[in-house]
Amino acid sequence: MNIVATAIVGTMVVAVATATAALLVPRPARSAVVGVGTALCGAAGMAAGIAALAGQVWSAAVAGLLPLAGVVLTVDTLSGVFLSVIGAVGIAVGIYGIGYARHGLDGRWVQAMEPLFVAAMLLVPAAGSVGTFLVCWELMALTSLLLVLAEHSHRAEVASAARWYAVMTHLGFVAILIGLLVLTGHADNDSFPALRVAASTLSPTTAGLVFALTLIGFASKAGILPLHAWLPRAHPEAPSHVSALMSAAMVTLGVYGIVRVGLDLLGGGAQWWWLLVLALGAVSAVYGILQAAVGTDLKRLLAYSTTENMGLVLIGVGAGGLFAAAGNTLLAGLALTAALLHVINHAAFKTLLFLAAGSVLHATGSRDLDSLGGLRPLMPGTTAAFGLGALAGSALPLGPAFVSEWLLLQALVHGLAAGGVATAVMMPIAVATVALTAGLAVATFVKAFGVGFLARPRSEQAANARESPPTMLAGMGVAGVACVVLALTPVLVLPAVGGASGRVFGTTDPVSAGLLTVRLQGFAGSLAPLLVAVTVVAATMAVAVLARLFAARHRTRVSARLWDCGAGPLSARMEYTATSFAEPLQRVFDDVVRPEHDVDITHYRESRYLVNEVSYRLRVPDRVEHRLYRPVLAGVRAWGRAGPRLANGSVHLYLGYGFAVVCGALILLVVTR
Amino acid sequence: MSVAGAVSALLQIALVAVGSPLLVGVMRQIRARLEGRAGAGVLQPWRDLRKLARKQPITPRGTSEVFRTAPLLMLATTVAVVAVAPFVTIAAVPDAGTDLFVVVALLTLGAAALALAGLDTGTAFGGMGASREITILALVEPTLLVAIFALSVPVGSTNLADIVTSILHDPSRAITPANLLAGVALGLAVVAETGRLPVDNPSTHLELTMVHEAMVLEYAGPDLALVELASAMRLSVFLGLWATLFAPWGIAADAGVGALALGTLVFTVKVTALGAALAAGEVFLAKLRLFRVPELLAGSFVLALLAVVASFFFG
Amino acid sequence: MRGLWRKIRQVGRVAEPAPSPPAGGRVGPAVELAGSVQVRHVDAGSCNGCEVEIGSAFGPVYDAERYGARLVASPRHADALLVTGPVTRNMQRALRRTYEAVPAPKVVVAVGDCARNCGVFAGAYGVAGAVADVVPVDLDVPGCPPRPEAIVEALRTLTDR
Repeated sequence: MNIVATAIVGTMVVAVATATAALLVPRPARSAVVGVGTALCGAAGMAAGIAALAGQVWSAAVAGLLPLAGVVLTVDTLSGVFLSVIGAVGIAVGIYGIGYARHGLDGRWVQAMEPLFVAAMLLVPAAGSVGTFLVCWELMALTSLLLVLAEHSHRAEVASAARWYAVMTHLGFVAILIGLLVLTGHADNDSFPALRVAASTLSPTTAGLVFALTLIGFASKAGILPLHAWLPRAHPEAPSHVSALMSAAMVTLGVYGIVRVGLDLLGGGAQWWWLLVLALGAVSAVYGILQAAVGTDLKRLLAYSTTENMGLVLIGVGAGGLFAAAGNTLLAGLALTAALLHVINHAAFKTLLFLAAGSVLHATGSRDLDSLGGLRPLMPGTTAAFGLGALAGSALPLGPAFVSEWLLLQALVHGLAAGGVATAVMMPIAVATVALTAGLAVATFVKAFGVGFLARPRSEQAANARESPPTMLAGMGVAGVACVVLALTPVLVLPAVGGASGRVFGTTDPVSAGLLTVRLQGFAGSLAPLLVAVTVVAATMAVAVLARLFAARHRTRVSARLWDCGAGPLSARMEYTATSFAEPLQRVFDDVVRPEHDVDITHYRESRYLVNEVSYRLRVPDRVEHRLYRPVLAGVRAWGRAGPRLANGSVHLYLGYGFAVVCGALILLVVTR
Repeated sequence: MSVAGAVSALLQIALVAVGSPLLVGVMRQIRARLEGRAGAGVLQPWRDLRKLARKQPITPRGTSEVFRTAPLLMLATTVAVVAVAPFVTIAAVPDAGTDLFVVVALLTLGAAALALAGLDTGTAFGGMGASREITILALVEPTLLVAIFALSVPVGSTNLADIVTSILHDPSRAITPANLLAGVALGLAVVAETGRLPVDNPSTHLELTMVHEAMVLEYAGPDLALVELASAMRLSVFLGLWATLFAPWGIAADAGVGALALGTLVFTVKVTALGAALAAGEVFLAKLRLFRVPELLAGSFVLALLAVVASFFFG
Repeated sequence: MRGLWRKIRQVGRVAEPAPSPPAGGRVGPAVELAGSVQVRHVDAGSCNGCEVEIGSAFGPVYDAERYGARLVASPRHADALLVTGPVTRNMQRALRRTYEAVPAPKVVVAVGDCARNCGVFAGAYGVAGAVADVVPVDLDVPGCPPRPEAIVEALRTLTDR
């Protein structure tokens, strides 16, 4: 019996059933029903993905379901990677949503969208024809849009964020549509095998055009510069479990699209394609983490961190394509393995981080790091979860992202001589980018964890926080366990992921992973994450024991007041805030970040020499948005303003237009005869 | 792990643990003599540590386990690096190899733990020290990783043991342009990571000029002893790594008694010489303004990038 | 840089030879401190005359560091408090808190006549008392200001070197 088929069909059935139940079940039970249903969807999707990675492929065509083309589903190992990731995130989010959605988020339609969103995301990697792919892509966009709008009655920014998201995702959809249709135009039908055949007959210009158009759409979905503007707007405004789904699962489908279309359907392509992907990935990685490092909104910081990680993934994908274009398929497989492993690791820790952020938001009502703090004694579970996520996000050893970053660095380091001069120039730049990103990621997560959770509360809301309900802690626990398992025993996923990437390039698994050691095939390089973790933990315990031995026995530990230089009590205003912590970095990168200062001085009525009040505002806007989007939006607005002048209701003008067009068409026909 | 490997690892740990306060003592003594003073003697840091261990441990109110465990973690990551690096003998390197990226990441983990402890105190100085330390750490990473890249290109591997054996087999590799450029870049990076002049003054009393000291203002007694020992060991480890990468002669190839003795002696001499040179250089340098440090680090990054270019073109 | 190097060579050693060590052997706090004392200076209201002498004591000529004493910035790092000046009313609470922040075993050294008995400021309206009225004092260094040799000798009784 085909597990993949059963699981995919099962997912659809459960999703539709849960959505219907959400519309019918009364309010008290609604979030529980939907949570369990979503988790079951996720579990089925994960089962399908794991079965696909184990080698079971599946293909099905249902003629009548969609007009004209029908539905074609194909699951291979590459789809399997993404199916398992999305399924796993769905499980954690479903469990978490039981407790999180209980207050204010359990409207009928909002709850019904949740399982549908997970199901739509699971269908995208399973799509086997252009029609199915586009329909599922659009379904995913619509359901996520409705979920983003869930809290629109609470805050005004939600509507604006949803508008940005809707417009950008649909512009991306149009770009993907045009690109895939150009490709389909050269093929017999729209199924993927036919497209592969057609791709080999394309001229380099047409293939380049198809790739560029689909890259625009998929890169925008993945949150890559310069089309990332929706991400730091939509992810903070969505409910936290939806943010987790979007950040950990949905953006990875952008990467899936690039790999599927660029490497699989179009068969690799020219070198400039992958240089472009690498460059975009590098720029997004640095810019994303820089904005996260100077940001103070907790969820916006995590959203920019998603841009950074997707940038790192695209560095891997671009490097893989570059090496494959130069003929070095083993190294290309290694780079793609690193990228796909990073997708998996990122999903684990980003889910954990967003769920923990949601827990903080639920308890304190605030996302602003400058007003949080002191949550360790009040919310120990959430603090531990965020701490683990922060360790993972900063790509340090004992975290999962370290393994994938190590693989990526190894691929880049061994690839210096793999291509021509272009590769030799890009490799050091890529390594430098990964290094700077790693350093800034450490800064970002030390800031987020240290300012947000440690020391003393900086506001009343933080001081009144209470720990979250057990279902939310359970959801975080699932994600946390995944992080720990991926960090210590990547052998559980590496053979499957390595096999999948090898298959994309037609080569063998580039990594041989044992329980203790991960070794590169064909190159010198090995890593033993479990040994590193055991060594550090053992050394910590040994140091603790020795310290206890050498200490004086008659001196017991006392608790004392903080050293405040002898003056009055330390108030919360004297603690370092996120803004002050990031200030040196902001000054170093002033040209890129360009914060805006607003200083407002109010004087006394009696005299301009006496100051009554000074108000200071510091904002770090998205500089790319300012430079690129403002002119475009201004142009569109100008065009809109020109409209009433062009169509001003005068019949004479309209008759004139008609006459001019007819004359022009006749002249054109004469000239082109 | 083989017996030879375990013995070598323990020997290296003992050597660095006992020797790093002595290294700090030597460096302070050289500074003192160059400044015309008599100095406290080479054993003074050990006297300080012994006294600190006997003092009363204090936990400030309002801090959490992060504050208590950060010194342990910092020391543990340093010990983990010492255990697997080929400082005295290549036999200490385990089968899985000692990847340079892992070494750099472990040392970064230790520093990040201390920065979190600085934030955990909730005092303005703790936060200030953490903020400055993290900024310098973030800006040193590119130099470190790109320099490792440059060193790995002729060898085809980032394993420390492979790089050492390749230079031992072919001594002319040590003076290639790539190696020299990477040496200077890594030297500046070592100065920044260990908090020496001109990046940070380890003996300042002015809190506003502190980077590392500001994070540890709240530690007392045995905790402070751990922090001081960890800092001294980090200094030894960084100097030892520099010596191992650029002057690996004298490192034993196996775990024979004579080879180990020679390796220990040579390692001690190398690290002491580097420390003495650093201390003597510090007498002539003033601390850079904090916002000038990124310019220094950018310069070291450019050197590392040139090292990669040189390794590609000149092999 | 060459100029500085030449100066170092010319001047050579500036530190005066150490006078004979204090008699009495290792008593009191010196037993636990065993040759290492970290000192935190607290100005409780002095005229800064004693500060100049303390600065001189830790300078190259008298070099108190060679006997194991070192100035530190935080009282948590310190074993001994070097308190100068009469304790003014504004500094009373701060001195008390600084003393409490020092981990045991701790020593308080009152440097100068003002610290011992308010000196010339006795009875002034801003003075709360001598150092011994606020924190327990273990060692006195008389003088107004005390010579650096006297300060160094007091520190040597703490380190026994």
